[in-house]
Amino acid sequence: MSIFVDNNTRLLVQGITGNEGQFHTRQCVAYGTKVVAGVTPGKGGQKMDDIPVFNTVKEAVAKAGANCSMIFVPPPFAADAIMEAVDAGVDLVVAITEGIPIMDMIKIKNFMSGKKTHLIGPNCPGIISPGKCKIGIMPAKIHTPGGPIGVVSRSGTLTYEVVNQLSLRGIGQTTCVGIGGDPVNGTNFIDCLEAFQNDTETKGIVMVGEIGGNAEEAASEFIVKNVKKPVIGFIAGLTAPAGRRMGHAGAIISGKSGTAQSKIETMKKSGIHVCDSLGSFGDLCVKVFKFK
Amino acid sequence: MNIHEYQAKELLKKFGIPVPEGGAAYSLGEAKIIADRLGSYPVVVKAQIHAGGRGKGGGVKIAKSHEELDTYAGEILGMNLVTHQTGPEGKKVKKLLVEQGLKIEKELYLSIIPDRATAKIVIMASEAGGMDIEEVAEKSPEKIIRVSIDPLTGIQPYHCREAGFGLNLKPEPLKQFTAMLKNLYNLFTTYDCSQVEINPLIITADEKVIALDAKINFDDNALYRHKDIQAYRDIDEEDPLEVEASKFNLNYIKMDGNIGNMVNGAGLAMATMDIIKQVGAEPANFLDVGGGASAEMVENGFRIILSDKNVKGILINIFGGILRCDILANGVVQAAKKIGITVPVVIRMEGTNVDEGRKILSESGLNLITAVDLKDAANKVAAIVM
Repeated sequence: MSIFVDNNTRLLVQGITGNEGQFHTRQCVAYGTKVVAGVTPGKGGQKMDDIPVFNTVKEAVAKAGANCSMIFVPPPFAADAIMEAVDAGVDLVVAITEGIPIMDMIKIKNFMSGKKTHLIGPNCPGIISPGKCKIGIMPAKIHTPGGPIGVVSRSGTLTYEVVNQLSLRGIGQTTCVGIGGDPVNGTNFIDCLEAFQNDTETKGIVMVGEIGGNAEEAASEFIVKNVKKPVIGFIAGLTAPAGRRMGHAGAIISGKSGTAQSKIETMKKSGIHVCDSLGSFGDLCVKVFKFK
Repeated sequence: MNIHEYQAKELLKKFGIPVPEGGAAYSLGEAKIIADRLGSYPVVVKAQIHAGGRGKGGGVKIAKSHEELDTYAGEILGMNLVTHQTGPEGKKVKKLLVEQGLKIEKELYLSIIPDRATAKIVIMASEAGGMDIEEVAEKSPEKIIRVSIDPLTGIQPYHCREAGFGLNLKPEPLKQFTAMLKNLYNLFTTYDCSQVEINPLIITADEKVIALDAKINFDDNALYRHKDIQAYRDIDEEDPLEVEASKFNLNYIKMDGNIGNMVNGAGLAMATMDIIKQVGAEPANFLDVGGGASAEMVENGFRIILSDKNVKGILINIFGGILRCDILANGVVQAAKKIGITVPVVIRMEGTNVDEGRKILSESGLNLITAVDLKDAANKVAAIVM
């Protein structure tokens, strides 16, 4: 099994006619993802390859039966695009866009409260259930289908690094979720940990965090109470200076809070196997994930 | 983005929040004109730099006469102000804020921030004004009032009352406080602030509520919709190499170490810096060239890293997804030939077209050290530092 996306996911792409939207839609199609529609306001009736383009998300849902949306809309229009998808009632929105103002995200989070739609991202590589469905910009071939490891991460290329080290050692993945590097995002560590705990095929979990905020601390507390599967963690940013935004909008140490040291300490106390150096991540996985 | 106190106070004034009378001065002459306009002493002379702790560093003085104004303004303008936030090298003071002195009855703390965990906007207020709020939070958290606001409905009168009564304000200041807090919230949301902090917010002897200090930061992601805030940017307050990097859309942060590094992706870049530290060296920078790095970006990245004279070696770590390794390798080779490499360069590549990329590097005739994986890269960096 896998979490959040699989063979039943019927994807629509908001911003499908832009450069990035086109390129990555084709990559997803090539991987086998069922891309059933695109949305670009004003380009309804056109086609991108064989994919019908609609003016609104509601139309794409009604006419093409889409249940998930991937968003490539530029930051000034991304909040609107996410809310349109939520209002159209898709199950999942995956927002790739980087650079959405935090005030927009705060409003979106409150707008989504009580609604059925889940959001992954923004500022994320997306989500992939290897062998079944890829929604996002991650390189497909580093992933290995069949499980048994679930991966959740705040980062992009760092996730690729970790997944690659798993695959090189013959350890496959059930689902890899990039939850994004923004301070306010949709799906968080806990949502993914819970889903991986409930997924019978997932036998172990990899959790990749970084400086800023207290999501890793909250996740640690959740793991102690609810996760029975082994968890390996990694935190980037031990050498990051305080008060500086390290690329990701959310990767900032404010005063004394959000440091890598304190996160690692909390995670270790919570029974998470924390990898101290990225170079030996794969080796640690081989040691900890000993199940066949 | 950060702005100066005098700029923050301009914004406060625009939103109807009382600030002391005064103005910014670039010279002693200008400082005197402002003091004359204020008409009476004492006046406060405040160094304008983007760092806290100015008072302790000697950057804030109270002048009781013309003569004292001359002395203090002369001392502070041009001084190298060292505070706990500037680092030991300090910052040169180029501007002053000259303000009327006020009789302070009570000092309060007030700030507004977005709370990332709950996705609400949070007001923090305390009677422990003038102090570092983190210290207050640590030692006596009960002294901090937190009011959480739903951004969709915005600030309501009861939010303001909750904060005002919590601060034990008397009726007259309470009235002014609730009005100013609403205005402050409006400023916060109108300009996409990431923090507004007034410390201290004072009650004067004649019961006026006034923002004596002001610190405002803005969400960089939202600057595109605030041209007037962009105009507040002060390049003098930024590291020259970071300013240079920003021209090429490179995400570069200067640090004090000896190993430069160039990486695609922020998380991997941080992890790469950590690896440098683990092998006994120190990272000289953070540099994320992003997912769509071009040969030109790689070249500029090289140039910026090499203009830091502390750099003894460079580690390039690229995980090619969208960015193909062969394209990166070509960029590195071109840049190295054009700029001329003066220090050892370790390159670790993985991902799309990695074999082609490695071939390009090995056939380039350049003295590049290739690493097969991260562990190997770390060892090779360690060898440079030895």
